[in-house]
This record gives sequence, C-alpha cells and structure tokens, in this order.
Amino acid sequence: MKRQQYERPLIQRINSGIMNKFGTKTEYAPVTHIDDFSVKELIKQYGSPVFVISEKTMRDTYKEANRAFKTRYPKVQFAWSYKTNYINAVCNVFHQEGSWAEVVSGFEYKKALQNGMPGNKIIFNGPDKTDEDLISAINNNSPIHIDHLDELYRLTELADEMKKKPNVAIRVNMDTGIYPMWDRFGFNYENGQAWDAINKIILGDKLELVGLHTHIGTFMLSPSAYAIAANKLADLALGVKKKFGRTIQYIDMGGGFASKNTLKGSYLPGSDTSPDFNQFAEAICTALLNAGFVEKDLPLLVLETGRAMIDDAGYLLGSVIANKRLSDGRRATIMDFGVNILFTAFWYSHKISPAQDFSTYTEDTVLYGPLCMNIDVVRDQITLPPLKKDDHVVVHTVGAYNMTQWMQFISMRPAVVMLGLDGKSHLIRKRETIENIEANEVMPEYLLKFKI
Amino acid sequence: MSIKKNLALSDTGFVFNPSTGDSYSVNPIGLEILRMLKENKKDEDIKKHLLATYQADFETIEKDYYDFVKGLEQLKLTENNG
Ligand SMILES: Cc1ncc(COP(=O)(O)O)c(C=O)c1O
Repeated sequence: MKRQQYERPLIQRINSGIMNKFGTKTEYAPVTHIDDFSVKELIKQYGSPVFVISEKTMRDTYKEANRAFKTRYPKVQFAWSYKTNYINAVCNVFHQEGSWAEVVSGFEYKKALQNGMPGNKIIFNGPDKTDEDLISAINNNSPIHIDHLDELYRLTELADEMKKKPNVAIRVNMDTGIYPMWDRFGFNYENGQAWDAINKIILGDKLELVGLHTHIGTFMLSPSAYAIAANKLADLALGVKKKFGRTIQYIDMGGGFASKNTLKGSYLPGSDTSPDFNQFAEAICTALLNAGFVEKDLPLLVLETGRAMIDDAGYLLGSVIANKRLSDGRRATIMDFGVNILFTAFWYSHKISPAQDFSTYTEDTVLYGPLCMNIDVVRDQITLPPLKKDDHVVVHTVGAYNMTQWMQFISMRPAVVMLGLDGKSHLIRKRETIENIEANEVMPEYLLKFKI
Repeated sequence: MSIKKNLALSDTGFVFNPSTGDSYSVNPIGLEILRMLKENKKDEDIKKHLLATYQADFETIEKDYYDFVKGLEQLKLTENNG
C-alpha cells in the first residue's frame, strides 16, 4: 500500500464569539509564485532569506499614482523619496518613469547625482545639510528646502560668498487636525514663523524662493488632512503674490500616504482601510484648484510619495528554522529572518503566506526571528498551516524602509533581487559578507599578537 | 498517555469536551491519533501505525507526536491532567 501524504497533527481550540483578527482565508492561501517567478527557485538561486522587488508592481503603482493626480491637476511632478528605498536599481526605475529625486542627506544627494539625476531635479530636504552639501546643491541648481533659521542664515552667507542666487523653498509645518503634529521640521504656519521666513528670504534678495514644502506625517489615513495642508500652503503662495507680485513655482506636499500594510492593533487589514491614490489626489487637487490662483500662476504640484509607491512591490522570502511549543502551550515558529532586516515588523502586522500547498488546516502561532534577542518577534499572533523546518514563506508589502533601515546585527543582510519586466530575475544588491563588514575595521598594532 | 473518555469526536474533525463546553478542530491525522488514544492504544503502537501509513520518517513522527500530545495536555484533554 502506498503511504499517504503526511501533515503534522494539529489541534486548535475553536473560539466562538470572538472575532479572529488574522484568520482570513487569503492570509494563509499559499503564494508559490511572484510575477510568475517560483519562490522556491528564487530561494534556491539567491539564498534564504532574500528580498524580492517586483518591477512590474513598481511601475504599475507609479502609473496609478501619476494618473490619479494628472487627471485632476494640470502640473504634477513626483520626486522619489530616497530614504524609503535607495537601492540604485529601485531609484532608477522611478527615475525612468519620470520621478525626480528627493533626498535628506549628503549621502543621498550623491547617490541621486550618481544615478544621473540633473541637479535641478534633486530636491534637498532635511535638517542636516553641511556646508559641503549646500555648496554642491547651489552649484548644481538644486532646490534647497530650508528647515530652520540657522540654515537660512548660512545659505545667505554662502550665496554671498559664491555670488549665486540659490533656489530655495521653505518647509512648513502646520496643524492639519492630525495628532501628533510634526512641528519639529520647518517653520510653523499658525504662529507666523513661515510667513516671517518667506519675508526674510524675499526681502533679503539673496535667495530665490521657488517653492513651498510640507510633509505632514507618515502612514496618513486621512485625505482631508492633505486638503487642509494644501490650503495653508496655497494661502502662503497667494500671500506672496499679493505682497510681492511674485509667483511661487511649486507646492510640494511631501509624502505620507498610507500603504496597504496593516498597522499593529488594527482590526481590519490595511488593504481594506487605507485610502487609495484617487482619494488623496482628490483632496489635494481640489484644494489647490479652488484656492484662488489665476490659471497661469497655478503652481506645479510636487509629491514625495515614499511608502505608498514601493511597499506593495517588496517581498521578503524566508524559511522555517524550527517549531516549538511555549510554556503556555502556544505554538512558536522560528524563521530565518528577524526584526534586524524586517524593521517594519515593529509597526505592522505583516501579511505572511506559506509558499507551498497545504491542506485547509491551520493553527495559531507566534513567529520569531532567528536573533538571540527577546525583541525579535515578527508576528505575535498569526494563523498559518502547519509549517515544518525548511518550508518557505512570503512576507508581503515590505518594499518601504526595510532595505534602508535594516541593521547588520548578528548576521549579514540578505540579497535583494528585482523581478524584471524582461522575465528575468536580477541581483540588485549582493548578500553581505564578513569581508564587507570587516573592511572598515582597524586593529591597533598592539592587539594583533597575543597568547591565549 | 490517555485522553478524556467523554471527549466527543466527529468524523469531520470536530472535538467537543462536555466537561468544559470547549470545542476544538483537528486535522485528519490528529483525529486518527485521538481515536487511537481513546481506544487506549500505546504511544509506541500509534507511532508505528503512523510510520506505516504516512510518508514521513521516524524522527518527524516522533517529534510531531510528542508535540501533539503536549498540546493535548496543555488543552487539558488528557486524563492525568484532570
Ligand atoms: C520630507 C519627506 N518627504 C517624503 C517622505 C516619504 O514619506 P512616505 O514614505 O510616508 O510617503 C518623508 C519620509 O519621512 C519625508 O521626510
């Protein structure tokens, strides 16, 4: 007699009356392929864990976002937020689609230049710009977004020394009804700081005020907050027109649109609750169109959308190291990826799918990472089929912030692969090696030789 | 190892514990094990039977059987646990 297919024996309490937060069918439906690429083959070729980025999803998402805004407003420009994911291949897909670059450090600025971005298409944000950064941005005609008065004064001095008139915008923070209010960046609208800074710039006549910028927060679920923000920036732009007869060229609404991820503690999945691009576009574009600009003065609308642009395109493929039972009887599964590379596990209940077929039986489990650290929890409760050692899983919606905020901690950072529109998988960042890590270490001579 | 004699097992993998009112779901192999335990089969015999019936090696069955039985104890479905 032929022996039957084996599955680990399972027993699970049925909790009637209590809504199961994570037990939706799609959650544990197996995902064996991403864009026609086999998960198993990808792991065989590039190792486990491995980050995978779908070029198709990136481009589709970009087009969807672009369409949402362009069908509602005549002048729209996206600028890729480098900190969200600055692997060069990722940046270049967005640049190819037409995105400018948005950077917040000298390091990111250099990356954008090296990716071939013309200086005037690199928006330089952030509170920390060194003299070297500022000089380089002035020479390249990059729009510099001023964060604080110290920067305004320093830029004015540099402009004087260099006999150039740098293009600048100011970052404005404001009350949009969202708590917490991000008031640590830029100049405040309500208390008049922003208007004062604008007056200093224009009356000082050393800097060219080309734009107004805000970034009201991240993972924003409220389109109406953007309408408020757009109105406040428009009010400043119209004030400049009225007082000085000058036209502000662009209004930059920053980033912050929520992606389809599920925030921890949220009852419904993000795919059901996050507004789509159309809703954000409707709020922003309607506000700008109705603000009172004459048609020829309508500012260019700049968007620095980060997570909503790339999150969906990113996957983390990983494998099961072991199963165990905790002291209270709960099942625990140890994965080969942890919070060191999946930083967003601190905020999100990531959707995780098995990568092979199973029967319909499932169990609740805690998913741990491989770090020998108590904080290394990937999901504190998830319903999955009975996974066994070496089975694979697919973590969804990890494209934003993980491949920049990941840590080399205890183990090496994994490879990143792009699933190309050409039907091939492309290695876009190699798996780290001990040589990479130790290349920057220096051993003092006297510690070199010793007897044990 | 023996399980509570009054546990009700359905063919569809539904388990009911009349002393507490709790219900559980088991997969087919889990149900098979519960049935054998109810018939007072010995652990060793159950494992032998599983090895003969399923495509799995002895280590896997040993490990998973132990884990399953520990789970039953945890859920207070065994005799010695009251
Ligand atoms: C100035 C600025 N622009 C854009 C972004 C991208 O934001 P998000 O990923 O929330 O769209 C950020 C992120 O914090 C930011 O600080």
